[in-house]
Amino acid sequence: MSSLLNWIDERFPLTKVWKEHLAEYYAPKNFNFWYFFGSLALLVLVNQILTGIWLTMNYKPDADLAFSSVEYIMRDVNWGWLIRYMHSTGASAFFIVVYMHMFRGLIYGSHQKPRELIWIFGMLIYLALMAEAFMGYLLPWGQMSYWGAQVIISLFGAIPVVGDDLALWIRGDFVVSDATLNRFFAFHVIALPLVLVMLVFVHIVALHKVGSNNPDGVDIKKKKDANGIPLDGIPFHPYYTVKDIAGVGVFLILFSLVIFFLPEFGGWFLEPDNFSPADPLKTPPHIVPLWYFTPFYAILRAVPDKFLGVVFMFAAIAALFLLPWLDRSGVRSIRYKGPIFKIAVAIFVVSFVMLGYFGTQPPSPLYTIFARFFAALYFLFFLLMPWYSKMDKTKPVPERVTK
Amino acid sequence: MKKLITTLLMLLAPLGVMASEGGLHLDHVDIDLKDQEALQRGAKYFVNYCLGCHSAQYMRYERVATDLGLTEKEVMDNLLFTGDKIGDKMTIAARPADQEGWFGTAPPDLSLVARNRKQGADWLYTYMRSFYQDPSRPMGVNNTVFKDVGMPHVMWELQGVQKAVFKTDVDAEGNKSEHFERFEPGIPGRLSPKEYDQVVHDLVTYLVYMAEPVKLERQSLGVKVIIFLLVFTVIAYLLKKEYWRDVH
Repeated sequence: MSSLLNWIDERFPLTKVWKEHLAEYYAPKNFNFWYFFGSLALLVLVNQILTGIWLTMNYKPDADLAFSSVEYIMRDVNWGWLIRYMHSTGASAFFIVVYMHMFRGLIYGSHQKPRELIWIFGMLIYLALMAEAFMGYLLPWGQMSYWGAQVIISLFGAIPVVGDDLALWIRGDFVVSDATLNRFFAFHVIALPLVLVMLVFVHIVALHKVGSNNPDGVDIKKKKDANGIPLDGIPFHPYYTVKDIAGVGVFLILFSLVIFFLPEFGGWFLEPDNFSPADPLKTPPHIVPLWYFTPFYAILRAVPDKFLGVVFMFAAIAALFLLPWLDRSGVRSIRYKGPIFKIAVAIFVVSFVMLGYFGTQPPSPLYTIFARFFAALYFLFFLLMPWYSKMDKTKPVPERVTK
Repeated sequence: MKKLITTLLMLLAPLGVMASEGGLHLDHVDIDLKDQEALQRGAKYFVNYCLGCHSAQYMRYERVATDLGLTEKEVMDNLLFTGDKIGDKMTIAARPADQEGWFGTAPPDLSLVARNRKQGADWLYTYMRSFYQDPSRPMGVNNTVFKDVGMPHVMWELQGVQKAVFKTDVDAEGNKSEHFERFEPGIPGRLSPKEYDQVVHDLVTYLVYMAEPVKLERQSLGVKVIIFLLVFTVIAYLLKKEYWRDVH
C-alpha cells in the first residue's frame, strides 16, 4: 500500500495535496452554525450535477417535446420523479445555502483584507449561479418558464441603441422559441457548470492560501506553537469533516422533507403555472421569477424608467462586489462592531427580504412605494458604508478566539 | 445575536398581514388518494364524461390499472373504448383544430389539471358544481368559477341544470356590478345534490391522482428516508462529539 502511495507521490502530489488541504489545513476551532453552509453549497452543487446528468438522459431540448419529456421523466422513467424533485428542490436549496453563506461572510467580515479575492470569486459564483438557474428554469418549457424568460430577456431590449439587437441575439429569434431553448440547454448543462466548478476551485484555492476567517475575526496565524501550528487551529480533517457530516445529516433531513412531502413548496419551488405547457399566444396574468431573483426584480420594477430599472437591478448586484472596499471598519466580526453596523445589517436583511416579497406580488401603487423605500435602504446600506463603518464604535478584539 | 434575530423577526411581521389576499370563494374538498374505490369510480367518470374531448396524454392505461388495483381485463372492459392498447397513453382522436371550431377553444389536456392552479383540487371541485343555465351562451350554460367557459355541462344528466342568482351591488359612485349570490334548483337531474357532490369528489380524486401518480409512493418512501437520515445524523453527531473531545 505504502509503496503504491510512493509510486503515485513521485508522479502526482497526492499526499501533499491531502495534507495541505485537509489533514494539515488548520481551521479556527470556533466555527459556529454559519460555517456549515460552505460545505453544504458544495454538496448541493454535486447533487445538481449528478441529478442533472441523469435528467439529461431523458430530457429533450426541443420546443415540441420538452414539456412532455419532463412528464415522461416524472411518470415513466424509473426513479425519474425523485431525480427531478432532487434537482428542482436543489435549485432553491442552492440559493438558500448560498445566501446564508454570503450573510456569514458579511457579518464576520470575511470579505475584508486579505480575503477580498475569495469574496470576489464567491460573487462570481453567485452570478454564474443566477445565470445557471435562469437558463435551467426555461428547460421544463412550462408557461412560467416561457414567459419568465420572455420578460427577463426583453430587459436587455431596454439598453439604448443596441438593446433590441442584443435581445434578438440572446434569443436567436424574435420571441423565445426552440432556438432559445436549445442554446439555454447548452449553457445550462455544459458551459455554466464548467464555469461554476472552476470558480468553486479557485474560491477554495484562494481560501486555503490565506486561511479561514472565524466568528471572532481573529487572525489565528498570529499565535503559533513551536511547530508553527496556529494555537487556535485544528486540522480540517478529521475535525471539520466529521462536523460537516453531521451538518449534512441535518440538511438532508430538511431537504428530504421538501422532496418527499412538499416538492412544490406551496408554489415557491415549482410554480403551478409551470405545470401548463408553454403557450406563446397566452400570457399568464401574473409573471414572476422564482423567489431567489425577486429582490432584484422588485428593484427593477420600483424604478419608473425601464432602462434605469435595469441599471439599478445590476447595480444592486454589483454593489455586493464592492463590499471589501466599502467596509472601512477596523474590526472584522459583528461581535466587536458597534451598534451602527448591527442596525445597518438588520435594515439590509429586512430590505432584502421585503424586496423579495414585493417582487412576487402583482404591482400596485402602494407596493411600488414600499418597494422604492426598501430599494433605497438597500442601496444606502452600501453607499453610506464607507462612512458609518469607519465612525462606528468598535470593541477591542481579543488576541485568541473565544468559545 | 439573539437580539438581532428577534428584531429581524419583528420587522418581518407585516408580511403575514399582506400575505392574506381575497379572491374567488372555492369549496374545500378532502382528497384521500388511498381510497381506491373513489379512485376507481373517478376513473370511470373520467373516461365516460371527460375523455371524449379532453386527452390525458401523459397518463398510461397500464399505470392506472396498477395504481388503482384493477386487472388488465377490468381496464380493457371498463375504461378502454377506443381500441387503444393497455400500454397506450390516454389520448383522443379529436383534432385540436376541429375542437376549436366546436367549442371556440381546444379543450386542454387534463393530465396535470389538478396541479396547474393553486388549490387545484378545490378549484376543480367547485368548478364542476358551478354550471348554471345561461341561454345567452352557445352551450346554454355558464360557470361562476370560469366565466363564459366554452365547455358544456357534460354531467347535466346527473346534476340537472341549476339556476344562478346574482345580486346587483351599487357602489358609492353609482356603478353597478353583479355578484354571484347562490344557486337555485332548475331542471332536476338523476342524482340528489349530495350524490352529485360525491360523484364530483370521486372525479377530482382521480384527477389529483393523475396529476402526480407517484404521490403516495413518494410519501411512503419519504418516511423511510427520513427515519434513515435521523439515525444517520445521530450517529454522525456522536462521531463528531467523540472526535471533538480533545479540542479545548
